[in-house]
Amino acid sequence: MVPTNYYLLLSAILFGLGIVAFVFKRNIITIFMGIELMLNAVNLAFVAFSQSLGKPDGEVFVLFVIIVAAAEAAVGLGIIILTARNRRSLNVERVDLLKL
Amino acid sequence: MSAPLVIFFALAAVAVLGAVSLIVQREPIHSALSLIVVMVALAGLYLLMGAEFVAAVQIIVYGGAIMVLFIFVIMLLNAGEEERTNLSRLAYYAGIPLAVAVTGLIAAAMVSSSAALPARAAETLTSTRTLSTLLFTEFVYPFELTSFLILVAILGAIVLAQREN
Repeated sequence: MVPTNYYLLLSAILFGLGIVAFVFKRNIITIFMGIELMLNAVNLAFVAFSQSLGKPDGEVFVLFVIIVAAAEAAVGLGIIILTARNRRSLNVERVDLLKL
Repeated sequence: MSAPLVIFFALAAVAVLGAVSLIVQREPIHSALSLIVVMVALAGLYLLMGAEFVAAVQIIVYGGAIMVLFIFVIMLLNAGEEERTNLSRLAYYAGIPLAVAVTGLIAAAMVSSSAALPARAAETLTSTRTLSTLLFTEFVYPFELTSFLILVAILGAIVLAQREN
């Protein structure tokens, strides 16, 4: 029997690592992976809370998060392909058209 | 230490190491493989909690479909080693402490909110039957809406990725 708090702590740690990947990485694909990592951390918290409350609603939310993540990955990777084709680089520092 | 606790710590260590490896690796393909390790470890944790259907979906959709899409794009774009550019001075000195602070804040908020939860007696297995009954009765409208979302996402991806001629 594992206490719920352990799962929540692990979820927070993974979310923090996702933020670090999002902020520190320079490759646009790896930044996208940081977002996926954060979504996974949130899913873990959802399942932990759902199990601890004894209600399966949280697990349904996880299924929805996974569906939205799949849609997001399809569109996001399309945008990445377009950006890479136009800018000839995957480095986010080169994508600065809106910068003054 | 009981067996579930041992399994939890083993899987948690694998997940955290995978996440750290995602950040440390310079090649995007190595980062993608690290992310797959994290996702498989999380699927194990879902099984440990008794969420068997979510564990299966995690492996099939996340570990399978989404990560294969990532790896396809990495190979398609021939993404090589990440360029190092200089971080701003603020990011260089305050980045890691700030990340730790944010993590601590989230952890403290969630742990304090979970103190009000009733302590459960044992791991209850959420059967796929329970989950699907819920999905097709109470959550049927959101469920139908997701099919539109997927359709729009497919169209969007095709429009974005096609070559202009």
